[in-house]
Amino acid sequence: MDGTPSNAAPSAHPSLAAQRVQTYLEKHEDKGLLRLLTCGSVDDGKSTLIGRLLHDTKQVFDDLMSALERDSKVSGTTGPGRVDYALLLDGLQAEREQGITIDAAYRYFNTEKRKFVVADAPGHEQYTRNMCTAASTAELAILLVDARKGVITQTRRHTYVCSLMGIKTVVLAVNKMDLRDYDQGVFDAIVAAYLPFAAKLGIDTVTCIPLSALEGDNIVAPSPHMPWYTGPALLPFLEEVDVATDREHSSFRFPVQWVNRPNLDFRGFSGTVVSGAISVGDGVSTLPSGQKSKVARIVTKDGDLARAVAGQAVTLTLTDEIDVSRGDMLVPTEDQPAMGDHFTANLIWMDSNALMPGREYLVRMGPRQTRGQVTSIKHKIDVNTMDERPAPTLELNDVGLVNLSIDRALPFDPYTENRDTGSFILIDRLTNATVGAGMIQFSLWRSTNLAWQHLEIGPEQRARQKGQRPCVLWLTGLSGSGKSTIANLLDKRLYAEGHHATMLDGDNVRHGLNNDLGFTAQDRVENIRRVTEVASLMADAGLITLVSFISPYREERNSAKVRIGDARFVEIYVKADVATCAERDPKGLYKKALAGEIKNFTGVDAPYEEPLDPTVTVDTANSTPEEAVELILDWLRAQGFLSVEGDGSGI
Amino acid sequence: MKHLDSLEAESIHILRETAAQFQRPVLMYSIGKDSSVLMHLARKAFFPSRPPFPFLHIDTTWKFHEMIAFRDRRVAEEEVDLIVHTNPDGLENKVTPFTHGAAYTDIMKTQALRQALTAGGYDGVIGGARRDEEKSRAKERVFSFRDAHHRWDPKNQKPELWNTYNGRTNKGESVRVFPLSNWTELDIWLYILREGIPVVPLYLAKDRPVVERDGALIMVDDDRFPLLPNETPMMKSVRFRTLGCYPLTGAIESEAATLHEIIAEMLVARTSERQGRLIDQDQSASMELKKQEGYF
Ligand SMILES: Nc1nc2c(ncn2[C@@H]2O[C@H](COP(=O)(O)OP(=O)(O)OP(=O)(O)O)[C@@H](O)[C@H]2O)c(=O)[nH]1
Ligand SMILES: [Mg+2]
Repeated sequence: MDGTPSNAAPSAHPSLAAQRVQTYLEKHEDKGLLRLLTCGSVDDGKSTLIGRLLHDTKQVFDDLMSALERDSKVSGTTGPGRVDYALLLDGLQAEREQGITIDAAYRYFNTEKRKFVVADAPGHEQYTRNMCTAASTAELAILLVDARKGVITQTRRHTYVCSLMGIKTVVLAVNKMDLRDYDQGVFDAIVAAYLPFAAKLGIDTVTCIPLSALEGDNIVAPSPHMPWYTGPALLPFLEEVDVATDREHSSFRFPVQWVNRPNLDFRGFSGTVVSGAISVGDGVSTLPSGQKSKVARIVTKDGDLARAVAGQAVTLTLTDEIDVSRGDMLVPTEDQPAMGDHFTANLIWMDSNALMPGREYLVRMGPRQTRGQVTSIKHKIDVNTMDERPAPTLELNDVGLVNLSIDRALPFDPYTENRDTGSFILIDRLTNATVGAGMIQFSLWRSTNLAWQHLEIGPEQRARQKGQRPCVLWLTGLSGSGKSTIANLLDKRLYAEGHHATMLDGDNVRHGLNNDLGFTAQDRVENIRRVTEVASLMADAGLITLVSFISPYREERNSAKVRIGDARFVEIYVKADVATCAERDPKGLYKKALAGEIKNFTGVDAPYEEPLDPTVTVDTANSTPEEAVELILDWLRAQGFLSVEGDGSGI
Repeated sequence: MKHLDSLEAESIHILRETAAQFQRPVLMYSIGKDSSVLMHLARKAFFPSRPPFPFLHIDTTWKFHEMIAFRDRRVAEEEVDLIVHTNPDGLENKVTPFTHGAAYTDIMKTQALRQALTAGGYDGVIGGARRDEEKSRAKERVFSFRDAHHRWDPKNQKPELWNTYNGRTNKGESVRVFPLSNWTELDIWLYILREGIPVVPLYLAKDRPVVERDGALIMVDDDRFPLLPNETPMMKSVRFRTLGCYPLTGAIESEAATLHEIIAEMLVARTSERQGRLIDQDQSASMELKKQEGYF
């Protein structure tokens, strides 16, 4: 015996030490962990803030404090006699020499109420990829703004990256208030400039705090310098804020990392439950192959479990000998994710060699690796304005929306539903560098978990049965231009004449099919995509489909046209100028928009791109709805949509 | 999930990724508390299989004797494959911490490690370093890339997103993998306590022969220790917060003889664990420089 310590307290009576440890565990063991990052532009004071926070919460050991005092004399940026708290974080030599942060530093600390992991990200644009690294595992972002500079490009870029990465809670820390006399006006102006921008990006909660990282104002306690600010100081806020994500109650997903085969009698699949829960006996399928089985055992070295939940690393065995390898995903047979080989995804480019559409990259989705290529760049985002710009390529630090095609159909969830099964990285095949980070929005229509069904009854047959040629009448125009009125009348007329028609109305669809979508750029794209899909299905069913949708962007209408097919897509421009519509204002929306109560309102503070070459134009400022309907009917008749050659008796 | 359970699960995930992604993974076993936790996690990660990689110990020949005894016992108990490497040039040239100063660490640790890694052709090298240990480590990735000369380029690390790790290397390059990145010293001890993981007894206070040099308490572990003319070892109740080569590891005076007592002391500690490491104190960026040269 070489004296290995016993891990229990030495005597039967719990020692004082044992009691202390017990008390500590009781207090801290179940304490929630908050993962956060600091971001914002270079020199806004991120590192100083975290250094100060660590210092003020007594997390800095004495020997490190004396080292900090020494270091401050050599590399400090705060002037003689002052401690440069940023040096607690900026641990690389190059960082100290240049006085900036290059890569994220991770720090761990506790307060009475919570545990924290802070990633102190660099502000410099050149190191955006390091900021992305920090953001990818964070739940909350402290976004710093220098009170002297206000909201600048890098503030917006980081906000955008945070929103893409799925961070829903942001603290806007207006720093260096000491340099602006702790002036409330300065703070209010920055807040007013920032909030609309964050709202546009779908960030749920923004809490704005004026502070001075250097002087310690509003860091752990309210500052006497800013009595006008009545909100919480930073630390108390972080201790209380709720960012709960409920991974356990979403669908079970288990990407297999490693096949565990110690001997011929045991074959298990090791991995981490990334979401949901699984119990012994549950039916599971392995994807992509789709083979079914049941969970036989949930194995751990500490004994078998009856149930495993999100976050646990376990080994599953199945009741059947099915083929499962690394990269496959076990999912509930009853609740399978979609499969896709062609996705629309947000992509952050992280390499100095620009993205080359059409070039082959390695695509890694969790433990699964495959090959793939970006087939097209739909647009890149101008981080200043959030405008979508056409782009032939993505350069270092660009963010864009792309279509990605991969070698074979794989299971996925949209990133907004599941960070683990909705994300991927791109790896350069020659340098092995991680060049891109992708977040899947949805799969393109070409891929699905079902093979295409062979359609026995085609559009031709249906058309003959109904005595009409199905088409999609796409009515575009400003709110209040008369789209719905015209569509309604037209529907009645078609019915009266014995035709089969149906209506899809922008507002109505948003109450049902699309009630999960808002008005962000991504949501708008998805909104249109779904409507397009539905309209297309209805036309397939033989119906004359009336779509009334503002659809302000040419690009959107064009993609609908491509999807639905040139021959049956009829673009109808319901024309009336903004003044006319605003005067009609049937829903009172223009009034609100003009008063600034609604943002992004088409025609007021968001553009409407007139059709360049509409199939039919109806000018509602100068004609009645009845006249407009007649015009459209005439056109339909002339084009032969309302009659079919041959017999009308069906197949 | 409890905090320790999340940390454990994350480490297991990383260990499995390492086993799956690399052709020749290896685990750096340095006998200390972090290595003990790593060994325990490696057993859990692959259970009922054995860890699918060997353990590697770089023996400078100046480790505490109790460490070597502990190593041999644990390796036998856990039935892992152990490879021990000592730099033969260093032995031949009689390089010691007393005669060679900073060159000692370079030759017996850094060079030795590079020799062993090159010889084994290891491409995924698991180590027990934690981000809370030191300010340059706080910046390091979980999968930390090394070029063909085992060098770390801190200014140009690969992005590392979510829990998706990129372990791809070209010939000669390698990745250092740190499954304990997100653990703190306190987490390590609480986990050792909870799981009943054996650790080297040197972590617990006991009367040991020490001399005081440059403000540090150095244990006289054998008669290779050259005592100065007026130096006599005194018996003091001491323990170690980190373990390395005995002439370079400072002890702290302590009465904490059980794990509970260590943890209780730690809850009120005012100094960092590396304070006892003489090798880190030469200059502010010394750890970063060593890491750039291939040190862990
Ligand atoms: N007066 C004043 N100076 C500050 C304050 N916060 C930070 N500074 C100074 O601003 C400079 C930059 O601070 P850092 O903390 O390094 O900035 P950073 O945001 O971490 O910069 P990067 O990480 O390089 O993007 C330093 O000289 C700080 O001392 C503050 O509240 N008031
Ligand atoms: Mg910084």
